[in-house]
Amino acid sequence: MTTNKYETVVGLEVHVELHTNSKIFCGCSTEFGAPPNSHTCPVCLGHPGVLPVLNRQAVEYAMKASMALNCQVADISKFDRKNYFYPDSPKAYQISQYDQPIGEHGYIDIEVNGETKRIGITRVHLEEDAGKLTHIDGGYASLVDFNRVGTPLIEIVSEPDIRTPEEAKAYLEKLRSIMLYCDVSDVKMEEGSMRCDANISLRPYGQKEFGIRAELKNMNSMRNVVRGLEYEQIRQAEILNAGGEVVQETRRYDDASGKTFSMRGKEEAHDYRYFPDPDLVKIHISQEWKDAIRASIPELPDSRKARYTSEYELSSYDAEVITSSKQLADLFEESLQYTKDAKGAANWIMGDLLGYMNQNNKELSDVALTGQGLGEMLELLAKGTINGKIAKTVFKTMLETGKLPQQIVEEQGLVQISDEGALLAIVDAVIERNPQSVEDYRAGKEKAIGFLVGQLMKETKGKANPAMVNKLLVDRLKSQ
Amino acid sequence: MSITLKDVEHVANLARLELSDAEKSQFTDQLNAILKYAEKLNELNTDEVEPTSHVFQLVNVMRDDVQKESLPIDKVLLNAPDEEDDQIKVPAVIE
Amino acid sequence: MSPFELSLQEVGAKLRSKELSVTELVDASYKRIAQTDDTIKAFITLNEQEARKQAGELDQKLASSEAQGALFGLPAGIKDNIVTEGLLTTCASQFLSNYNPIYDATVTRKLRDAGTVTIGKLNMDEFAMGGSNENSSYFATRNPWNTEHVPGGSSGGSAAAVAAGQVYFSLGSDTGGSIRQPAAYCGIVGLKPTYGLVSRFGLVAFASSLDQIGPLTKNVEDAAHVLQAIAGYDASDSTSANVAIPNYSEALTGDVKGLRIAVPKEYLGEGIDPRVKEAVMNALKTYESLGATWEEVSLPHTEYAIATYYLLASSEASSNLARFDGVRYGVRAENPDNLIDLYRKSRSQGFGPEVKRRIMLGTYALSSGYYDAYYLKAQKVRTLIKQDFDQVFEKYDLVIGPTAPTTAFRIGEQVGDPLTMYLNDICTIPVSLAGVPAISIPCGQADGLPIGMQIIGKAFDESTVLRAAHAFEANTEFHKQRPTL
Repeated sequence: MTTNKYETVVGLEVHVELHTNSKIFCGCSTEFGAPPNSHTCPVCLGHPGVLPVLNRQAVEYAMKASMALNCQVADISKFDRKNYFYPDSPKAYQISQYDQPIGEHGYIDIEVNGETKRIGITRVHLEEDAGKLTHIDGGYASLVDFNRVGTPLIEIVSEPDIRTPEEAKAYLEKLRSIMLYCDVSDVKMEEGSMRCDANISLRPYGQKEFGIRAELKNMNSMRNVVRGLEYEQIRQAEILNAGGEVVQETRRYDDASGKTFSMRGKEEAHDYRYFPDPDLVKIHISQEWKDAIRASIPELPDSRKARYTSEYELSSYDAEVITSSKQLADLFEESLQYTKDAKGAANWIMGDLLGYMNQNNKELSDVALTGQGLGEMLELLAKGTINGKIAKTVFKTMLETGKLPQQIVEEQGLVQISDEGALLAIVDAVIERNPQSVEDYRAGKEKAIGFLVGQLMKETKGKANPAMVNKLLVDRLKSQ
Repeated sequence: MSITLKDVEHVANLARLELSDAEKSQFTDQLNAILKYAEKLNELNTDEVEPTSHVFQLVNVMRDDVQKESLPIDKVLLNAPDEEDDQIKVPAVIE
Repeated sequence: MSPFELSLQEVGAKLRSKELSVTELVDASYKRIAQTDDTIKAFITLNEQEARKQAGELDQKLASSEAQGALFGLPAGIKDNIVTEGLLTTCASQFLSNYNPIYDATVTRKLRDAGTVTIGKLNMDEFAMGGSNENSSYFATRNPWNTEHVPGGSSGGSAAAVAAGQVYFSLGSDTGGSIRQPAAYCGIVGLKPTYGLVSRFGLVAFASSLDQIGPLTKNVEDAAHVLQAIAGYDASDSTSANVAIPNYSEALTGDVKGLRIAVPKEYLGEGIDPRVKEAVMNALKTYESLGATWEEVSLPHTEYAIATYYLLASSEASSNLARFDGVRYGVRAENPDNLIDLYRKSRSQGFGPEVKRRIMLGTYALSSGYYDAYYLKAQKVRTLIKQDFDQVFEKYDLVIGPTAPTTAFRIGEQVGDPLTMYLNDICTIPVSLAGVPAISIPCGQADGLPIGMQIIGKAFDESTVLRAAHAFEANTEFHKQRPTL
């Protein structure tokens, strides 16, 4: 089965829940995982006579996110009603934004296979989330929990600039990273605070017009987005190869089978009858307001990455990985207040830190290591107080306890032995105990010295200064 | 523009109303009469006129991001036609 | 004599001197309802047990001689589209026949704070859609002046209850004339405040950009006091105006010297009953005699107001009434086949014909391909209609005309012809579209049925409207006339 006749065209619609304290139009909590319907009130339950009042923080988070995605922020924005009946939508309309979204015309840059690519952002608009349905009685009934109703969401719509599932993944990872940098959302796909729908179509290479697209829903992890798109590429290619036509429809991704299924019949043609919500007034966004929000945005990953490669001479790959998480980048920068060895810091982060997190399935927030600890450890290394082997031990202790290296070294007696007299005594003892290796060395087998060094390190529990050990050994062997 | 019986059926579906045949034909006639009357508005050139969504131009009405107490569950469910496990129960979407 | 014929000051004095108790006022209300409501049918739900309990509490409060406001102890009726916690709120719809509100409207809370007692919930056209109360899904309220006639609507129950002496005052809501027209038909005072002056929080929405709550009273002074109690900024209503609220009763000086009155020729033209026109012309002469001046003016876009209104109001209503889906509250249809069937059956069984008609019209007007031609066009014409008023108010203080083209029509007379029914609202709808305040006060009678005069003011200038209305009242006897029941 070949799909390489066709170019894949993907546009993503990503919903991100904003982590305000209260809902977008009422004072109920937005906390995840509360008992059913415990975070509801007449307003979010859509009782007769209630009215919405807009949460300023939600608007500001949406502005912040829009700016971070390089969007133009509107001077005038407004809310519209999107009318449709569904049990998770208490008013039978969703308050959303139709023709005057908060942000428009943005982009983000992603890196795939070492190449940077720009993906356009069509718009960023603010809206309210819906409730949650649980299907029971073998699918004959549903239970509705309205806790999530009214959680503020931004919908980020990309241009159809994405060409592969890998690019889609890189785009989502970049979005996630930017949202975390801006501190507007937890962006946890597994908790639903980031959700992704995809429009995907195929066209023969060289063709300008887009093919007929399918909309994929229910891909609730990064992995599933990739799998769903991969499946859909093959499905559509098969149809096209057989001379058929792709049906424009919504398809549900099924996690168990890794396939997508048509939702035809479950969804009718929609006519949302958008109109301006008469219960809400327009938002005028002044330059002063925009400036204040812009000032609250921290340095974003792209800019940090550029700085890391130029100032610190990190590789593009290392810089990309470290800046992908604000916490990680912050840790890196904090360490540089204590050491000049930026490359060393990056190596320890890329190797030992990420390895430890991966192995133990931990988030950075679960790790006790501080930037100060990392920086000071690199200084101890540079000064020769500890050697690389001791550093491994120190680092592991820092990951688990958060203690500073000096303290760890003192508590565990890990200072490197660089005293010539002390080392000579041990060198002599090792030579005496390993006559075979001494003989081998003198017979020209230079490799035998490795064994002797190993013995010596064993003797000193790794604390011997390796460079001195080597020198002293060679001197002794040659002089005797 | 004139509304047909089919239009009425389409609109009734959007509005989730189930109409009898008599209602459908009555509404077709009445909506046609009302919309014919509304064509009057086309006498006016409104190309340069701003639409009014609010009579008085209020802007930026917003509240602080402060939590308020939610309702106790008995009030949430007080009017519920059907409930289970503290949630509203509804038949499934058509399969 | 009914205690409801006493002025506010007299009631207050008697309460303080213990000649009268709140319990007695509440008794008088229920007694009058028992005598007359079989005929008038103003109430959907009575709140007797709670009201009597509340009256006892208020009497105790009185005994501890705390200073009390002007409305303290007064029995009030509330239109059944204003939410009252724990007291059924049906909007005169089958759909909400079992709806037990879980919160209070802002005005409900404000009245309670003012110490009034809610006697019960008043009949109306279903979801406030109509001008006769014939669209109530329960029963048609009768006009106390002639029970063969309608009381007007949609706040027909609110107007009839005051006219019949069942309550001291009532609250209604006005979207296109729903306070003013029934006040005119029932010979009482009805005030539609400026859009945004009174919170809409807890008013079951019909057309959000037009709806306003206002008082229906026997005289202008009462209207000023009730308005005082319910007006003011409410953080729960984003469209609530954050303006300073003047002392309305202080505006009732009796002096209208130098007031400039505009009389739109469009309100006195074709279709206006000559007796109505004559009553309004006589009223203008009264104003002249009091030192005001009047001139005929034109509000040129008046003829477009009704079409504009029905498109806008119906569109908003189609969305506002979508929440009545049978999921969380209201009457759910029995044994639906599936979810969509539940929606369709619950809504079709729950809504009456006028409600369905307007939902259909509004849904159509907003549907794909028609939005610009209908909704957007109507919003633009609304701008022109508002500009008509802006221009007139540059030169004049008030606009005066009839409230309705005729007196109350006979029950059944206009059923089945929605368009003619809609045309009755020609004098009130433009005012609603412009968002400005207007009061209807009695200014005459024809064949034993009251005629109402409408006094329209600048936005948030209720004071001048009330002052002019009060001055007319002080120099005429129309407001003292009572129906015999």
